[in-house]
Amino acid sequence: MTLPQVDLRIILPEITVGIAVAVVMVWAAFLPQDRQRLLRWVSGIALLLALLEVFVVSGGAAFGGMYVRDSLTKSLQIIVMLTAILAVWMSGAYMERTRLETGEYYALLLSAALGALLMAASADLLLLFLGLETLSIPLYVLAAIARGDLRSQEAGMKYFLLGAFSTVFFLYGLALIFGAAGSTSLARVASAAGTGSPLLLAGIGLVTIGLAFKAAVVPFHAWAPDVYEGAPLPVAAYMSVIAKVGAFAAMIRVFVLALPGAVVPWGTALAVLSMMTMTLGNVAALLQSNLKRLLAYSSIAHAGFMLTGIIAANRAGTSAVVFYLLVYTLMTLGAFGVLLGLARRGEEADDISDLTGLAWRSPALAGAMTLFMASLAGLPPTAGFFAKLYVFSAVLDAGYVAVVIVAVLTSVVSAYYYLRVAYTMFIGQPSPEVEFVGGRWVSTAIIVTAAGVLLLGIIPAPVTTFLEQVADALK
Amino acid sequence: MIIPAQYYLTISAVLFTLGMVGVLVRRNALVIFMSIELMLNSVNLTFVTFARQLAAIEGQVAVFFVVVIAAVEVVVGLAIIIAIFRTRSTVDIDDVDLLRG
Repeated sequence: MTLPQVDLRIILPEITVGIAVAVVMVWAAFLPQDRQRLLRWVSGIALLLALLEVFVVSGGAAFGGMYVRDSLTKSLQIIVMLTAILAVWMSGAYMERTRLETGEYYALLLSAALGALLMAASADLLLLFLGLETLSIPLYVLAAIARGDLRSQEAGMKYFLLGAFSTVFFLYGLALIFGAAGSTSLARVASAAGTGSPLLLAGIGLVTIGLAFKAAVVPFHAWAPDVYEGAPLPVAAYMSVIAKVGAFAAMIRVFVLALPGAVVPWGTALAVLSMMTMTLGNVAALLQSNLKRLLAYSSIAHAGFMLTGIIAANRAGTSAVVFYLLVYTLMTLGAFGVLLGLARRGEEADDISDLTGLAWRSPALAGAMTLFMASLAGLPPTAGFFAKLYVFSAVLDAGYVAVVIVAVLTSVVSAYYYLRVAYTMFIGQPSPEVEFVGGRWVSTAIIVTAAGVLLLGIIPAPVTTFLEQVADALK
Repeated sequence: MIIPAQYYLTISAVLFTLGMVGVLVRRNALVIFMSIELMLNSVNLTFVTFARQLAAIEGQVAVFFVVVIAAVEVVVGLAIIIAIFRTRSTVDIDDVDLLRG
């Protein structure tokens, strides 16, 4: 028997991260509790190495066309590595303080990143499914990683049960698509799409439900606020970004690249979903007093904004979604980073009132938070403004006027609750219970994300030019 | 006697629906989880049926992946459910309601 030739160099970043997962997991068993922080360094270095490899490794396809490394893969994988690196930086101090710092935490974090890397590169629904699960299952465990904490356990269980439920829908859809197209390869699915078989349509509908759940798109969003609130702060930060990157990578691969909009009418369906998501996410965020819940609804709202770029289904839309993902990563992790720099009597300072008067105690931290909030609201001169501008103009070109109207109106609503957070920091007496606990690495993460948000808001051109080649993956 | 593929597809759709109803109706986390496993197995049956009908090996390969993923989910899911049972002595999802929403 001869095995097919596979050039493993093409998946070098995935191999690096995969080895790091195994090394960190096994090594953790042999290290005493006070030396587990060594694994933080191992994870960080492995991720930096993998990021370097993403830039170096040349493109192509492997594993019988299941895996493809093109410019889209490259851009999305850079965002994944950036997310994971920032998450490792931001986690250390919190995990050490709460005595949760163990090797498993970093191994799980890395393996979720591995899943997202695979999703970004999949040209086959089966690989997409494997990536989705490699991403999701570690996140279920991470949500529950504060084992003794009732709220963390509850978050883990809710995320797990609803996540497993949505996975089954994705899988059933995959099975039906396989039945209709005779293959799980996205290229074969694309060529079978022309027949418009009801089996295929049902399959695509079910796959959409699975992906919409992971991206927290209304009406499949119900888990997000509870899970974010219950999960430890660094975990909430990490999963709000990494799950989004994975899900939107998959949506680009499935909808924009494989299914031409004219044949399968998914555009209108997604347009309805995105309008619901933008409206509900932004309106519900108005009512929140807990910052984790507020950021959860904000992440739902941003999923709606990103979805508009998918609906556009054109070159501009695709590169706009990737740009949006990059900006979303920076501003969301930045906002969570500021929260990680604070503590209320040793607990998470996750209430808006905990920020009262912060500007007088720490102008730098308050300034950074204001910047992130302005960017999340989409105000110039921050990166959030251009992110929204690009997706909205792409979807306008595609002729979805109603979507753009809803998007712009809900953006105005969102400015209210984001700026309320910023406003709180400049009024009132600072609470003496709130203390600064960030440390060097959290500060580094905040500086990096703030610089990114500001730079991309002032001179987005170099990055957008780079991302324009992402659309070359489109036919 | 050869049983046509439609029968297998129908029974897997029925199993999937039963599992779905189970998830929505039952309140015990373990039973919900069992219902999800039932749905996973109905997906497997669909895959095998199509693989046989289309003479495409990919469908059978997919089943192996699904079985592995199901096993991993059992490990993670039971661990979380047991952790909850230890602290609260219940796995009824209506009693696990600290987080509002």
